[in-house]
Amino acid sequence: MADGNEALMTREAVLKDLREKLGGDILSLVEKSPKRIYVDIKPDAIRKWVLYLHKDLGARFNIASGVDMREHMEILYHFTLEEINVVISLRVRLEKSHLSIDSVTPQLEAANWIEREIHELLGIEFKGHPDMRRLLLPDNWPKDVYPLRQDYKEWDPEAIRDRGV
Amino acid sequence: MVRTIVPIGPYHPLQEEPEFFSLTVDGERVVDIDVHLGYNHRGIEKLSEMKTFDMSTFVVERICGICSTSHPFAFTQAVEDIFPMEVPERAKYIRTIIAEGERVHSHLLWLGLAGHFLGYNTVFMWAWKLREEILDVMEILSGNRNNYAMFRPGGVRRDIKADDIPIVLKKIDSILPTLDMLRKAVMDDPVLHARTKGIGVLSREDAIRYGALGPTARASGIARDLRKDCAYAAYDQVEWDMIVCQNGDVFDKLVVRVLETFESVKILKQCLTRLPPGEIDAKIKSIPSGEGIGHIEAPRGECFHYVRSDGTNRAVRHKIRAPTFMNLPTYKATVVGQTISDATIILAGIDPCYCCTERLAVRNLKGTQLYSGEDLVRLSQEKTQRLRKEMGVE
Repeated sequence: MADGNEALMTREAVLKDLREKLGGDILSLVEKSPKRIYVDIKPDAIRKWVLYLHKDLGARFNIASGVDMREHMEILYHFTLEEINVVISLRVRLEKSHLSIDSVTPQLEAANWIEREIHELLGIEFKGHPDMRRLLLPDNWPKDVYPLRQDYKEWDPEAIRDRGV
Repeated sequence: MVRTIVPIGPYHPLQEEPEFFSLTVDGERVVDIDVHLGYNHRGIEKLSEMKTFDMSTFVVERICGICSTSHPFAFTQAVEDIFPMEVPERAKYIRTIIAEGERVHSHLLWLGLAGHFLGYNTVFMWAWKLREEILDVMEILSGNRNNYAMFRPGGVRRDIKADDIPIVLKKIDSILPTLDMLRKAVMDDPVLHARTKGIGVLSREDAIRYGALGPTARASGIARDLRKDCAYAAYDQVEWDMIVCQNGDVFDKLVVRVLETFESVKILKQCLTRLPPGEIDAKIKSIPSGEGIGHIEAPRGECFHYVRSDGTNRAVRHKIRAPTFMNLPTYKATVVGQTISDATIILAGIDPCYCCTERLAVRNLKGTQLYSGEDLVRLSQEKTQRLRKEMGVE
């Protein structure tokens, strides 16, 4: 963790700090269990929050997971605070009509690959990502086909390069 | 200045699995690196959405043959995190035993491979011979040498028999002298020091920036181990030490793994002797809607699963993050500036696990299968017999 923050490192202090410092961006904060906190925030504020958790609190970035909820998409940025055994998940909600969010890679190198992965599997644009090449899918995978979306048809011949059968 | 690109992979004799590294070199020095993934992407996250929770434990077990406990472990914890529930004590101990047995065999496998990459095939053979012993232990405990199929949401599938415990304890004690010999051989060897000390240094700052995990991070002086920090299963009820080194070079990564093996043996013995009686399964009837996170310390680092349920018997979303996904990008920070002959051992230093080992089959040009694995073994054995006859050593 970041040095000099030992006084902060209780669960209550972290929660209080979260609410005070970035209160305006919080849509809701759910304490699901003693070890899990879910924070819904405005998508515009994602960079500020990620920096706060990573730099100020010294949390370790685990991964981001994109979820297609049919009506909208969600991205959860999971951070672990090992000192107090808490996983904080930042959740942003993106409307299907505007699937775009600021990239956090310039501030946090660890998010580089996962943003590329979410981009190609779910079709969410990350503004300001330095290197938005494909990570997993083959080069000749058709454009605008996103395999992790709920409306993805596996049997669609247009969507699949080579079924091998 | 002439710059050359040296491709490693996607199919390379050194690697069991397809992965493409393009090293840009200036003379002997590596100046840049680019990694291409996805040659063996199997879409397990998507596949898991089509399986029930019970079936998914088997699917995730097949992500990797070496971490075949870590993924079901993290997955079952993620499912158990969706709603408040308590796993029986005995199941927690059994989970710990299986996970630590896996760590021993995984670290030994890595040690052997590292020796092989450096041209030390003796280390390779000793380490892998020792690994067989621990695989035997796993076979006694779970019935399988790998892919143990022990985990299920709410507990474990199979109990450890009281009769087996003395046999297993004896076997574990019998591997300790060899393990100690291996430790001395590895840690005091001057040539090994020359090949690994100061090579591929991952600084503490870079390790934090890239989000490095497990032994890779602990070798860089970051004292983070989920077994201590976010204690799960029975780890808070046994005594052991976290191994942390400061230099971040390949040697320190080696030391961390070798010494961790001893700690794992310690945990194994404590769990086996203290195994509490009782149920092994909480018998979950249904899984409500919600979301859960499961993360555990796999041999390579943190294994992270996120599960979203909508109240049916299948997951709506199942995000899997294997340790290598976070450790592999650190390769860029460690290999640039090093010589090309060290590139392989630096890569091996993070204990990469791209996906899973491929199976061997020989095909003729028309695409029909000619030999199966059994045929190849038979052919090999026949050749030995033929040679023995020719040489007159019957």
